[in-house]
Amino acid sequence: MSAASTRSVLEPSPWGQRFAALLVILYALITMIPLVWIGLTGLKTPPDAIAYPPKVVFDPSLEGYVNLFTARSRQTPEYMASLPPPTSWYDELVRKRNMVITGPSRFAERYMNSIIIGFGSTFLAVFLGTIAAYGFSRFKVPLKDDLLFFILSTRMMPPIAVAVPIFLMYRALGLSDTHLGMIILYTMVNVSLAVWLLKGFIDEIPMEYEEAALVDGYSRMQAFWKVVLPQAKTGIAATAIFCLIFAWNEYAFALLLTSGNAQTAPPFIPIIIGEGGLDWPAVAAGTTLFLLPIVFFTVLLRQHLLRGITFGAVRK
Amino acid sequence: MAVARPGKPVQRAHGLSDRAVAWIFISPTILLLLAINIFPLLWTIYLSFTNYRANQPGRLVQWVGLDNYRNLLGSEDVWGYLQATAHFVGWSIFFQVLLGLGLALLINQKFKGHATLTTLILLPMMLSPAVVGVFWAYIYQPQAGIFNYLVNFFIDAGSFTMIGDVNLAPWSIVLVDTWMWTPYVMLICLAGLRSIPDYIYEAAEVDRASKWRQFWSITLPMVLPFLMLAVLFRAIENFKMFDMVVELTSGGPGSVTELASINLKREAFEKWRTGYSSAFAVILFVTVFGAGNIYVKFLNKVKQR
Repeated sequence: MSAASTRSVLEPSPWGQRFAALLVILYALITMIPLVWIGLTGLKTPPDAIAYPPKVVFDPSLEGYVNLFTARSRQTPEYMASLPPPTSWYDELVRKRNMVITGPSRFAERYMNSIIIGFGSTFLAVFLGTIAAYGFSRFKVPLKDDLLFFILSTRMMPPIAVAVPIFLMYRALGLSDTHLGMIILYTMVNVSLAVWLLKGFIDEIPMEYEEAALVDGYSRMQAFWKVVLPQAKTGIAATAIFCLIFAWNEYAFALLLTSGNAQTAPPFIPIIIGEGGLDWPAVAAGTTLFLLPIVFFTVLLRQHLLRGITFGAVRK
Repeated sequence: MAVARPGKPVQRAHGLSDRAVAWIFISPTILLLLAINIFPLLWTIYLSFTNYRANQPGRLVQWVGLDNYRNLLGSEDVWGYLQATAHFVGWSIFFQVLLGLGLALLINQKFKGHATLTTLILLPMMLSPAVVGVFWAYIYQPQAGIFNYLVNFFIDAGSFTMIGDVNLAPWSIVLVDTWMWTPYVMLICLAGLRSIPDYIYEAAEVDRASKWRQFWSITLPMVLPFLMLAVLFRAIENFKMFDMVVELTSGGPGSVTELASINLKREAFEKWRTGYSSAFAVILFVTVFGAGNIYVKFLNKVKQR
């Protein structure tokens, strides 16, 4: 920190810069260790994953990924000997552990649920958010600030505080453990973010364009559709990614309100059990597959991250 | 009349009036929030005065007045959970502010490659907290875990377990949270640093103010509103903390990391004491909401200075 406080308008000294770079690189390296470690663990065999001391150098294996996607059962050596030769590389891998594949695991299904619920709720939240943000941005709405604050404050609520009534409500409406129920729920959680972010983006579009369109005989709807929306494209895309990431990462509601049918990946990954406890390579493989899209989206979104995480309060 | 800009009404031959458009656009959001957020909240408030149990729908529901609140506030366990929460919120924010501000100051030196490094550093905060909890449980393993191994590489700590030890467990969750959210504070501080106009430093240079003095009387006061905003968001989120800690320690060992939300979930969905847990939920919500509002007032005062 001492080097940092030497910030100055005069070009920072080359040595100061080098020192700062060194510290930041060090921090980045340390902060990456857990992520790299999980990526590596996904490529280990179960014995390697629990070896002591931890193995940095190991023979990579796809066993974790095979275990993640399959259900297996242990067989007697006699039974194993009686089987015809394995038909695929993953069959072979599993048989080395005296097991046979009995079918697919539920991971692909859970992952698919995450995608369906994530995209469904994102679409709805962004749709509702865009029109509401336009309404707040362009019209005189009575109690505008109060309404906006009300929308934001819904985000302050601990999910568990409303989980019981939602649980009861969904039970009564038959929405428990359904994709539709989860989509509606995540839309509700995300819409506050969508309204706030998009209001910021739409506020930045000069009003003159629409006024010109209105004078040209466009209706309000046409002006919104043909003039405002195209200009808000980037903002809408950034907002959509934020909503998607939130829905993708959400855990509490998914844990409490879904079980078999509409469960998403986050509550599922921790319960990938192998023989004698968690199957760590499979858990790590699942984690890796689950986190990779987020890494991609984070890089895509880096220009707008600040806005997203502060509900548009800080815009750079 | 709702018009685009007061005093400049636009005449149009067709289409809906602006007022109609405004309400058509805004009401779906408001209705959705009323139905799935406010209605459940009011229901929670109602339930908090009853002895309802969600797993026994047929049972007679009795109005018990303030009994649930009395039991809660009189229970030493509840104060324990709140203390665990305060420890977690307080320390994690302390470390995040320290590291986040430090990193922001360093990155603001604008060395070559700082943009790429920033994106890399930001990664942890975008990840799913529950999944982060899962893989840190693996990293913290006493034998196979890389954390213990690295610690022992540098200092001879012997055999220890971060999440199994009563003294270490509260710090294990602070550490993971700090790992995850330091970039958040950093990013907001960085925005604050970049908002300081150069001429202020130029003037300070002319006045021969020392770098140290510049930091205390220019940099810090100008970044403070940003820092306070980051603290507000972090405090609200961490006060509600559930997912990461559930997966990492599930409140243990004993109940040393049983944060308020985790206990709330236990009461509501494991013991099914719906009335009691609803009262707890109301207390938590009122606390977040009240403290948040007071803090925002304070923040606005700082901003105006």
